[in-house]
Amino acid sequence: MILDGKTPTGPIEKTWDKHRFDMKLVNPSNKRKYKILVVGTGLAGGAAAASLGELGYNVEAFCYQDSSRRAHSIAAQGGINAAKNYPNDGDSIYRLFYDTIKGGDFRAREADVWRLSQVSNNIIDQCVAQGVPFARDYAGYLDNRSFGGAQVSRTFFARGQTGQQLLLGAYSALSRQVKAGTVKMNERTEMLDLVVVDGVAKGITCRDMVTGEIKSYWGDAVILATGGYVNVFYLSTNAMGCSVTAAWKAAKKGAFMANPCYTQIHPTCIPQTGDHQSKLTLMSESLRNDGRCWVPKKKEDCDKAPGDVPEEDRDYYLERKYPSFGNLAPRDIASRAAKEQCDDERGVGPGKRGVYLDYATAIERVGEHTIKERYGNLFEMYEKITDENAYKRPMRIYPAPHYSMGGLWVDYNLMSNVPGLFVLGEANFSVHGANRLGASALMQGLADGYFVIPYTIAGYLATVKPGTVTDEHPAFKESKEQVQAEIDKMLNIKGKKTVSELHRELGKVMWEDVGMARSESSLKHALQRIPEIREEFWNNVNVSGSGTELNQQLENAGRLADFLEFGEVLATDALHREESCGGHFRTEHQTDDGEATRDDENFAYVGAWEFKGNDKAPELHKEPLKFDNVHLAVRSYK
Amino acid sequence: MNLTLHVWRQSGPKDKGKLETYPAKGISPDMSFLEMLDEVNEELIKTGKQAIVFDHDCREGICGMCSQVINGKAHGGQDRTTVCQLHMRSFKDGDEIFIEPWRARAFPVIKDLIVDRQALDTIMQAGGYVSCHTGGVPDGNAHPIGKPVADYAMDAAECIGCGACVAGCPNSSAMLFTSAKVAQLAVLPQGMHEAKSRVMNMTEALQAEGFGNCTNHLECEVSCPKGISVKFIAKLNREYMKAIVS
Repeated sequence: MILDGKTPTGPIEKTWDKHRFDMKLVNPSNKRKYKILVVGTGLAGGAAAASLGELGYNVEAFCYQDSSRRAHSIAAQGGINAAKNYPNDGDSIYRLFYDTIKGGDFRAREADVWRLSQVSNNIIDQCVAQGVPFARDYAGYLDNRSFGGAQVSRTFFARGQTGQQLLLGAYSALSRQVKAGTVKMNERTEMLDLVVVDGVAKGITCRDMVTGEIKSYWGDAVILATGGYVNVFYLSTNAMGCSVTAAWKAAKKGAFMANPCYTQIHPTCIPQTGDHQSKLTLMSESLRNDGRCWVPKKKEDCDKAPGDVPEEDRDYYLERKYPSFGNLAPRDIASRAAKEQCDDERGVGPGKRGVYLDYATAIERVGEHTIKERYGNLFEMYEKITDENAYKRPMRIYPAPHYSMGGLWVDYNLMSNVPGLFVLGEANFSVHGANRLGASALMQGLADGYFVIPYTIAGYLATVKPGTVTDEHPAFKESKEQVQAEIDKMLNIKGKKTVSELHRELGKVMWEDVGMARSESSLKHALQRIPEIREEFWNNVNVSGSGTELNQQLENAGRLADFLEFGEVLATDALHREESCGGHFRTEHQTDDGEATRDDENFAYVGAWEFKGNDKAPELHKEPLKFDNVHLAVRSYK
Repeated sequence: MNLTLHVWRQSGPKDKGKLETYPAKGISPDMSFLEMLDEVNEELIKTGKQAIVFDHDCREGICGMCSQVINGKAHGGQDRTTVCQLHMRSFKDGDEIFIEPWRARAFPVIKDLIVDRQALDTIMQAGGYVSCHTGGVPDGNAHPIGKPVADYAMDAAECIGCGACVAGCPNSSAMLFTSAKVAQLAVLPQGMHEAKSRVMNMTEALQAEGFGNCTNHLECEVSCPKGISVKFIAKLNREYMKAIVS
């Protein structure tokens, strides 16, 4: 099937304005008759629930954490982009649009990216109005910093906790609506199924994580803002509870999963110390503004203390390879470069999987005080984890899975191919193409939640009658029974391996075979191993406790069961995409000096997969990508 | 290293609960405290016992989900550190470690080390926001905010809402939590217009939720993993006075 993204036609700078006018509206007095379910309360979900509640819709929101303030958006450190051009350094909506399309290696939809760039400025205004304490200069004006993949300073930030501050802004707006009674919050509630009636999304089935009760909720529309899936790698920078479950349950009910192979491996994370490790910690990309990446030129220097390696024996590999962007090369490029150095046996630290990020030059230039002011909390965090002082000794960093550009397929209105199912933020595939630039995830989450969905959902709701299907419909009972049956099945296996043992096994396969570099043979190996681990899961997992109580083992088992199905689709997508682009690097497709080779003739499309069951291959649907405003070019940062 | 853990086990809100003792063997000093508990849980599961449940999520010290009293101190007592960022290198081989949930009337235990902190959300819902609409707001630079004011607001805004201040306070007061939001918004041009109603409504909710009063023990500041200063409580008191006399 050829998918239609329903992008408006005409000059790109007019597309969003024209589309907003063309869409239908819902009469103010009718809004409260419509019930909207919002799953996930991060930047996208929190902003959407607050904005829709304020408009007068009847909103019910869900999160698996104990409070809507805790979603993993909170962990974003560095900043949020906007095309304000406050520093007068040549920025514009067009430049942000261009940088994002290019940064995504020409695999995103032009109109969606234009809209994102256009509303980016509204986001900053909105957050300031909420009381988000962005960094300011002494005159009181908003401050900016640079970020990877851009040559202008367009990143707004709140110390090293930008995600936290933006999320608390959205949470405060949401709290106001909860108080006003327009939004009902359901915490510690995990979505375990999408209810589809006659092909249309009409509700969800959830597990109350405290009592274990399986309960269904009906709605005239369902919004998933449930984040990304890189915990499929086991070790990642995501929170422990992040999973593909909500999105995957929707996929099993017919929603297409687009570009799952586009996974972002973030270059600046703290290297792994041992097998006990449960997650990896990211250090903001903004560190690369002042830090310089290097490894020793000679293998024999790798065991020396960094201070003992003389300047002339250091290889500042990013500055060498990409003189114009240097240490600010985009994430995919910086990550692969770090891997290359380590593969060349010039890595440092335990296991030799690490490179230095050195502040000596910057401290000499601007002083330790300024560095402390810019990155103090990051240096502190680094010291807590590694017991090393990065003011005195270079940090050790290594890439780690961080973000998923792929996700459920949506059209320009953010609606999936299942009518009534909308997908926002990291959970959808739309704007980052094959690689996301730094400081644009926060931008997308808030754009989708505050400024896109409030308009586009009206266009859909205006075409449906409110409350025609409620939880009285037999589909809800069926869904609950199915969810309960799956839980009972997991609890009754009583095998020998724990959930985390099996998750580690899956993660190892995903990281080694479907990680930073992929080849036909590694992917085929993964496609053989994943079903084996899945088979073992369903025969030999040990899930302790019962289903009628708070049971974290059961929660994790359910999430792993979904990763074990989804991982196969991810690897299938990676195998089919015979090109290298952004976060997807196929070793067969590279230039002599190791740069990615895209194949625009054959792969300039979105690959959206329809799940057909574990015993059948998923079916590929394509949405061709057209570039009318940006010239398709080799992505160079040299 | 090898440790002995005394862990609070409680099957549900109605259960009385008690400390149970478990060995933690072969623990690496590079592990975080929660990774140590993961290891202990793996052993418990393999010996047919129920895993210890505890709240956690981001494991990088920012989500505010983790909440344990370790050896009598919220988050283990290390300066500005959440449980998830506490590393085993700060313990010694042979140590006995007591692990309990947050203790406060307003935070009933749900199970083992997990408590219900919805009372904090209720305080926020009472007024922890600026009542602006989505859209229709002025340009971000329309109201300059001097750096010292922006920094002050940010110092307060760093609160992660974990509730350690309540767990550390002999009165189980949530004054530090409440004051951080009151102070952040009271100094900003965007938030100052609702300062009076905000401080009144939030302190009223604070009392209704069963938190105690502040009697200046300052344990909250010591317990706070983000180092939120008690100066914000003074600010709350001033805001409160201003609200009742005007």
